[in-house]
Amino acid sequence: MYRLLARRGADLLVTLFGVSVITFLLIRLVPGDAVQIMLGANAEVTPERLNALRQQLGIDRPIWEQYFTWAGGILSGNFGSSLWTGKPVIEEIGARIGITIELTLLSLGLAVIVAVPAGVAMAYLRNSASDYVVRILTIAGVTVPSFWLGSLLIYLMFLFFPKYPAVGYVPFTDDPWGNLQRMLLPVIALSLPVLAALARITRSAMLDALGQDYVRTARAKGASELTVVMSHAWRNALIPFVTTLGIMAGYLFGGAIVVEQVFALPGLGRLMLGAINERNYPLIQAAILFVTSAFVVINFLIDLLYVAIDPRVSLK
Amino acid sequence: MSWMRRQPLLAFGLILVILQVGGALLAPWIAPYDPVAQDILARLKGPSAEHWLGTDQFGRDLLSRILHGYGHSMLVSAGSVALALVTGGTLGVLAAYAGGWTDRVVMRCMDILFAFPIILLAIGIIAVLGPRDSTTALAIGIVYMPIFARLLRGPALVLASSDFVAGARVLGASHTRVLFRHILPNLASVILVQASISLSTAILVEASLSFLGLGTQPPAPSLGRMLAEGRGFLLLSPFASLFSGLAILMASLGFNLVGDAMRDLLDPRLRGE
Repeated sequence: MYRLLARRGADLLVTLFGVSVITFLLIRLVPGDAVQIMLGANAEVTPERLNALRQQLGIDRPIWEQYFTWAGGILSGNFGSSLWTGKPVIEEIGARIGITIELTLLSLGLAVIVAVPAGVAMAYLRNSASDYVVRILTIAGVTVPSFWLGSLLIYLMFLFFPKYPAVGYVPFTDDPWGNLQRMLLPVIALSLPVLAALARITRSAMLDALGQDYVRTARAKGASELTVVMSHAWRNALIPFVTTLGIMAGYLFGGAIVVEQVFALPGLGRLMLGAINERNYPLIQAAILFVTSAFVVINFLIDLLYVAIDPRVSLK
Repeated sequence: MSWMRRQPLLAFGLILVILQVGGALLAPWIAPYDPVAQDILARLKGPSAEHWLGTDQFGRDLLSRILHGYGHSMLVSAGSVALALVTGGTLGVLAAYAGGWTDRVVMRCMDILFAFPIILLAIGIIAVLGPRDSTTALAIGIVYMPIFARLLRGPALVLASSDFVAGARVLGASHTRVLFRHILPNLASVILVQASISLSTAILVEASLSFLGLGTQPPAPSLGRMLAEGRGFLLLSPFASLFSGLAILMASLGFNLVGDAMRDLLDPRLRGE
């Protein structure tokens, strides 16, 4: 058990190190003199400013030394400062990321609440005719572009409920009801593909579990159908479900960046798009590193969750 | 055509794929109008006999733009999947064949790459290299690399330790010959299924990036950008956004159905799931 934790912990550190190296090198790919380009359109570029920025970025030193200076800064909470506002980028990200997280979590919640009962029901009521319908629907659901669905929802809302605040954003702390109203459409648009994928996984995992000997045994013992489904089958179907959930969290977060653009939500996506236009590389770098690290840690925690769900994992 | 009745999903998927790939290839000949020709008098029209799908804000024919847009979208997606397949697949097979530390290091690198949320890493790569078709293909290709490396490593591992590979080695076959003549052909079906599914998702990622303005640049027609541009006129005429989005959905759906149905055919254990 402790050896398992130690090994997973070491894996986690190696992955975080690798993610930081890739994020660091990514920004080095900027063609030409990065400093010149960063200041590019700015008219007030003087040789002194160029040199000052070069020194600030440490571009004159060997690359591994640059990496360790940069990584050391991050470990002490310094993700660099915005090239334009001069503010620490982590503050700018912190001010926006809450919206993206709210959107992601609400979408994940909606997807799970609908997908689990739907998947269980689909497994339970299976027959060959409905199987085709289910498959077409789940595959079609996965391939619906969320930014398209979002645009259609805005249009339909405008047609039928012209007064509904379909786009825009108000902070939850200012107006909780207004916030949730405006989150409704983006959450529906974002969660549909995930909902379809989760429903499909739930269905096949349940089918698998319902066909096992222990389910037959439970029925033979006279357990009620509800106990059979919930305690015996669902508990075992949970493992593939949770794995998919971890992957979907990352997917949802990426999708949220696109959906924010549709609904004019000022989250991380809008911040990053603005940063691309301004060539604000420290901000892009910090956003990628911060979010990816967060997902690495989430997936690590999900790995640990397996130990709780499935006692076999800790025995291995 | 009895297989169509036995495999309706595969048949449906194939029909979608053939129609759309055919439309993309033949666009220069079958598109009724020049995709960039403007006709200000006929702007933002709904479907009619002259313009089957209507026109956009410059009076450009939507059907012609969508047919040409398919070409761009599919070319970028296919390029990215080919890149991911060749690089990721090679790394996965080599890792399995070499084993030991090479295997561990290569697969760990793939795991690290896989940790990045797809859109986020693609945005980062495009931010650095600038938005262009080739950059988009490169970005999606890099992000998809670990999928193929992981997918092919498993079966390659089994093949590498199989008797017929050992036999080929004993008979004096070189490593290259073993890899290309004995291992690769046995992976063909796995590759085909994953390539089809990846193409389906790559079309969505490409459309997302173009929607954000980070993909194909104007004036080339692109489905994702058409959708974004149409949104500015959504309340006047929803057709540009509606049809370009529908085209993205149908393209992605076609390849997904084909991949899904092929997986069933090739893996009898999954049949009926």
